[in-house]
Amino acid sequence: MLRDAALSALVAFGLFGPMIGLKTEVGVAAIELHTRPIAVLIAVAAVFFGRLGLLAWQSTRPVQKAAPGRMADSLAYIGRYLTPIVLVLTITMPFYAERYWIDLGILVLTYVMLGWGLNIVVGLAGLLDLGYVAFYAVGAYSYALIAQNFGLGFWSCLPLAGILAAFWGVLLGFPVLRLRGDYLAIVTLAFGEIIRVVILNWTTLTGGPNGMSGIPRPTLFGLVFNSGGGKGSFADFFGIEPSISHRVIFLFYVILGLALLTNWVSLRLRRLPLGRAWEALREDEIACRALGIDVTVTKLTAFAIGAAFAGFAGAFFATRQAFISPESFTFIESAIVLAIVVLGGLGSQLGVALAAIVMIGGGEMFRDFQEYRMLIFGGALVLVMVVRPRGFLSGRTPSVSLGAKKKIGANLMTEGHG
Amino acid sequence: MATPLLAVDRLTMRFGGLIAVDALSFQARAGEITAVIGPNGAGKTTVFNCITGFYRPSEGVLQLTHADGKGFALTAMPGHLITGRAKVARTFQNIRLFAGMTVLENLLVAQHNFLMPTVINGLLAVFGLGGHAQAEHIAIEKAKLWMHATGLTARADDPAGSLPYGDQRRLEIARAMCTDPELLCLDEPAAGLNPRESDELSDLLVRIRDGRDVAGRSSILLIEHDMGVVMRISDHVVVLDHGRKISDGTPAEIRADPKVIAAYLGEGDEDEVAA
Ligand SMILES: Nc1ncnc2c1ncn2[C@@H]1O[C@H](COP(=O)(O)OP(=O)(O)OP(=O)(O)O)[C@@H](O)[C@H]1O
Ligand SMILES: [Mg+2]
Repeated sequence: MLRDAALSALVAFGLFGPMIGLKTEVGVAAIELHTRPIAVLIAVAAVFFGRLGLLAWQSTRPVQKAAPGRMADSLAYIGRYLTPIVLVLTITMPFYAERYWIDLGILVLTYVMLGWGLNIVVGLAGLLDLGYVAFYAVGAYSYALIAQNFGLGFWSCLPLAGILAAFWGVLLGFPVLRLRGDYLAIVTLAFGEIIRVVILNWTTLTGGPNGMSGIPRPTLFGLVFNSGGGKGSFADFFGIEPSISHRVIFLFYVILGLALLTNWVSLRLRRLPLGRAWEALREDEIACRALGIDVTVTKLTAFAIGAAFAGFAGAFFATRQAFISPESFTFIESAIVLAIVVLGGLGSQLGVALAAIVMIGGGEMFRDFQEYRMLIFGGALVLVMVVRPRGFLSGRTPSVSLGAKKKIGANLMTEGHG
Repeated sequence: MATPLLAVDRLTMRFGGLIAVDALSFQARAGEITAVIGPNGAGKTTVFNCITGFYRPSEGVLQLTHADGKGFALTAMPGHLITGRAKVARTFQNIRLFAGMTVLENLLVAQHNFLMPTVINGLLAVFGLGGHAQAEHIAIEKAKLWMHATGLTARADDPAGSLPYGDQRRLEIARAMCTDPELLCLDEPAAGLNPRESDELSDLLVRIRDGRDVAGRSSILLIEHDMGVVMRISDHVVVLDHGRKISDGTPAEIRADPKVIAAYLGEGDEDEVAA
């Protein structure tokens, strides 16, 4: 144990020595080099004792690893009660919460939806996609462009945005199908950046860095939401006082509906041959081929369906903000969505929802501590991965069974390599 | 003589400078168990990988002919169609199950092409269309029959990864049989089994060959090191050494062939041959 800790400290010294220990400062004549031995010493000591503490803590709890099945069972038990509670609290939210919280709820739900969509690709099919935000962007810009150029409303554009995103999903899918693991991750990451850079530079079409504004708001069967009321507005039709919060509440229910649709479709797909083939692909691609499954088509559908939901979410994002710019679609968004999926537990719907609430909701709470947000974010990630390496709620329930369904512990599952 | 089920003609597989399979020709007849034996590294698994489309052979022809006369040139087909159309199924030397999925799920994934002929069917099923429920019912019934035949009924809802080794071997065979193959290629199915389990396995393979007490029948191509199993159940044995065929005949002929004994003596495996 001591040796391990000393080794970690040595690595830390090698790393931190030049990074922290040496500092350049603009001196009188030229740049001067300053050494900071104390800072290095503190960093190395922190690593040494941190590692020691971690090892000591791990050695005190070997028992827990022996019973992953029981742990999975008890979590499934909690899940059964937690799901309806979370759902009821969410549906009734506009009745008890203030505007600020509803706005936050919309944000969280958007990420829940993105998480569920990405979960199809990463959690079920086991394809590590680091460029998911690209499809979110495609959805948002599709809606904005179609709405402005062809004057279509939100509801007619929504399916189009999904289809276009799915189309791009297939387009990305083709070249990367042969790649697995790290290679796939790198290429999808690049794809995400390419889409953003194209949007940024195709100024004539997308407005470039200035973004696009004046994107139409959604309507309820033709009824518009505005603060002025007037003919054909929601407030006028129902004879109530016009208020801008109606629109916020409406948006809340729209995204709730979209998120639940994503959830319903992915839960349903899991029980169908297509979803089972995705999971089989995650478990063992070679065995899938040997069973006559067309791996290419199966992977492409996972990419396409995952992308379609990102496209829907993107169109919603555009209609909610009424303004979009490439800044909203940076790599960090992909990273956050992926973190939500991984933290929640690959393949777990409730886990993803909880992770989105904690990460996005929690992130907003910590807005006051701007500088520390990322630190807390990173720390929380590391902590969860140490305590529960497979995410909050890992493991899976069989898609079909003869007798009672038994929860399968994550220790038996494969995360997939491609 | 009738057309053989599988005709391997001058099959050659090179890996860089290494010739793993060297101008190998043999035939596997329908309704028989054909064993492929040979010392370690003889090229047996490589032959399987060529037949099932995992490798593109450097040279040679692989012709598969169904009982109804339909012919398939396996070397020109993509891997998944070899199982889907030409009806060749296989198991792996190192077991490849879907460990995190249950026994039943493993058997249903094997019936994927029956359950979901096209992506459109797969997507229609989301909305309960396309007759999926009916198909699923049929597929589950077939899975039940195979679980029964392989003695796995009690483990239907357990994850495949949690089964004991012998059960995993049998599950892999059941899974391959769920694709309704004409030719079942088994890569060392008896490896790691105890004598009693080996006997049960031999019995299962004979039943699959004869279509007796099981849900379907198939001819078998068998790679096996356990000479007890090979000599007892095969109708025809092909012996490989260093990628070349050194002998070909009935188990009795093989046992008496001095070339075979020499090849195995070189390996120090004479006990196995004597058995
Ligand atoms: N993909 C590959 N690349 C390079 N060489 C390979 C490859 N696959 C097999 N070989 C080589 O081909 C030769 C035959 O291997 P193969 O696996 O077919 O033997 P085998 O008869 O199945 O042996 P065993 O009884 O040990 O399973 C070996 O020398 C092996 O190293
Ligand atoms: Mg082999």
